[in-house]
Amino acid sequence: MSSHQIPEENLPAEQEAPHGAVRVADEENPFADPGLPPHEPRVQDIDERAAKRSERTVALLFTVSMLATVGFIASFVTIPHDKSIFVFPLGHLNAMNFALGLTLGVALFTIGAGAVHWARTLMSDEEIADERHPIEASPEVRAKVHADFKQGAKESVIGRRKLIRNTMLGALTLVPLSGVVLLRDLGPLPGTKLRHTMWSKGKLLVNMNTNQPIRPSDVVVGSLSFAMPEGMSEHDENFQSEIAKAALMIVRLQPGDIKDKRELEWSHEGIVAYSKICTHVGCPISLYEQQTHHALCPCHQSTFDLSDGARVIFGPAGHALPQLRIGVNDEGYLEALGDFDEPVGPAFWERG
Amino acid sequence: MKKLSARRRHPLAALVVLLLALACTGGLYAAFAPASKAQADETAQSLAIDEGKKLYAVGCASCHGTGGQGTTDGPSLVGVGAAAVDFQVGTGRMPAQQPGAQVPRKKVIYSQAEIDQLAAYIASLGAGPAVPTKEQYGPQGADIANGGALFRNNCAQCHNFTGKGGALTHGKYAPGLEGVDPKHIYEAMQTGPQNMPSFPDQTLSEQNKKDIIAYLNAVNGEDTESPGGLSLGGLGPVSEGLFAWLFGLGGLIVVAVWVAARTAKAKKS
Repeated sequence: MSSHQIPEENLPAEQEAPHGAVRVADEENPFADPGLPPHEPRVQDIDERAAKRSERTVALLFTVSMLATVGFIASFVTIPHDKSIFVFPLGHLNAMNFALGLTLGVALFTIGAGAVHWARTLMSDEEIADERHPIEASPEVRAKVHADFKQGAKESVIGRRKLIRNTMLGALTLVPLSGVVLLRDLGPLPGTKLRHTMWSKGKLLVNMNTNQPIRPSDVVVGSLSFAMPEGMSEHDENFQSEIAKAALMIVRLQPGDIKDKRELEWSHEGIVAYSKICTHVGCPISLYEQQTHHALCPCHQSTFDLSDGARVIFGPAGHALPQLRIGVNDEGYLEALGDFDEPVGPAFWERG
Repeated sequence: MKKLSARRRHPLAALVVLLLALACTGGLYAAFAPASKAQADETAQSLAIDEGKKLYAVGCASCHGTGGQGTTDGPSLVGVGAAAVDFQVGTGRMPAQQPGAQVPRKKVIYSQAEIDQLAAYIASLGAGPAVPTKEQYGPQGADIANGGALFRNNCAQCHNFTGKGGALTHGKYAPGLEGVDPKHIYEAMQTGPQNMPSFPDQTLSEQNKKDIIAYLNAVNGEDTESPGGLSLGGLGPVSEGLFAWLFGLGGLIVVAVWVAARTAKAKKS
């Protein structure tokens, strides 16, 4: 709405002067208070037709919101929950989710938009200056509160009945102890739990996909398998906390490719077993590149060279992946020859 | 019987006997000599190997050596099996365009018949995994939920939870698995192309592979439904965070500007 359509007689006669506390700069107060700028009326303030138009716009937005809410209820009732539709840029999606989200979004947004349009065009926009008031209460109120308090203390006889006062103080002092005692549940300290896993001498290596013990011939050069100690089941109560330490990554290298002497000793015919838990912050690390023999951690890109004692060749990890010493038992299955000789996973203070 | 002996001197009797004898001989031959068919198969097989050898000499020998023994430019192909050839040539990775961090998937230049011949030749160099059949990678009898568990345990670390792919070290990457032929997925698990570790049947059984392929088809197929709407590439917090920052925050800023903007004032023109 441009101003030339406004009836001439409705236009303000002239620019109003600034209003509010206006003071002129003088010797004592060099920074004059400019006051508020002159109030400029909006189109809707002086033209009833424009105001009507705004009113209709706001009412339309609120009506759209009502319709959208009705649409929400209707889609909830009528659309089957497993119906799939294709919406161009989004792809295949669930029709009900889409309808519910769209209608509820429109219903909420149009309420807000209507309120904002109402406030911007029809509610009064006169600028008002309001002086700050002191925060402290008036002297009378303060005197009254003091007097009330003194009277209350006197009437409660707390000064005279020492027994009540002392037991009350005792009770109030003891109550927080319950909270302090609950802190005990933060412990107990881990003890030696971080140093031991489920692996021990003679435990068979069990393939986590097939749940079968592994024979050396099952592990071919370039393959990757994940193993857990025998006797573990996903339904065990402590499965998650145990597998988080015991998870094993098994790869086979050409014995000639193994650069680290101890790695070769602890391997079986080129089959090496390394902890799957990153030594940085304990992510499961199994992005194994079979040609470079590098294992990459997806969290912070620590890279370990599995052909060289799982040495850290890149990234924030502090030490090499622990290797599990393996051999073959009488029945020809791969078995552990003991636990890891160092704690698996991230470093901790007392790790040594 | 009497009827038959009465007609034994009929002028056409000799012809009938001759025809019967011929049919008998033919039938017996067909019944007792299946060797000929096997022989025909063998001939077709050796023909395929011969054809494959010719194709190999033209397209592959410069890097993999004239006998598939490998050179400094390409690994030995002895014992990689037909499945590896079908995967590498069938996805256009081989013949490689140029050396680099990783050989990418590109336009396939051989026909399936030529790929089969090449595969037959490479398979003849040393025993290796064969090309899987439709029953092995088809959706019948697959357990999608189990496939999901197996995929998250064995594959998701590189290929993302729904097979969108991901980055590896030094420019290498795990490719996205969208639109990849189930046969090629099966062969990749079986043979471990490039830096991907292999998952032979002892590590990941035939049924496991079938389950994984069915899972990928369920979460990453052409008609896969995205229950939440816009999936933003299924890449997780990166794309979702970017969307929230750009469009969520951007929308809020637009609304804030609208709320606080000056309204149209009436002025004398």
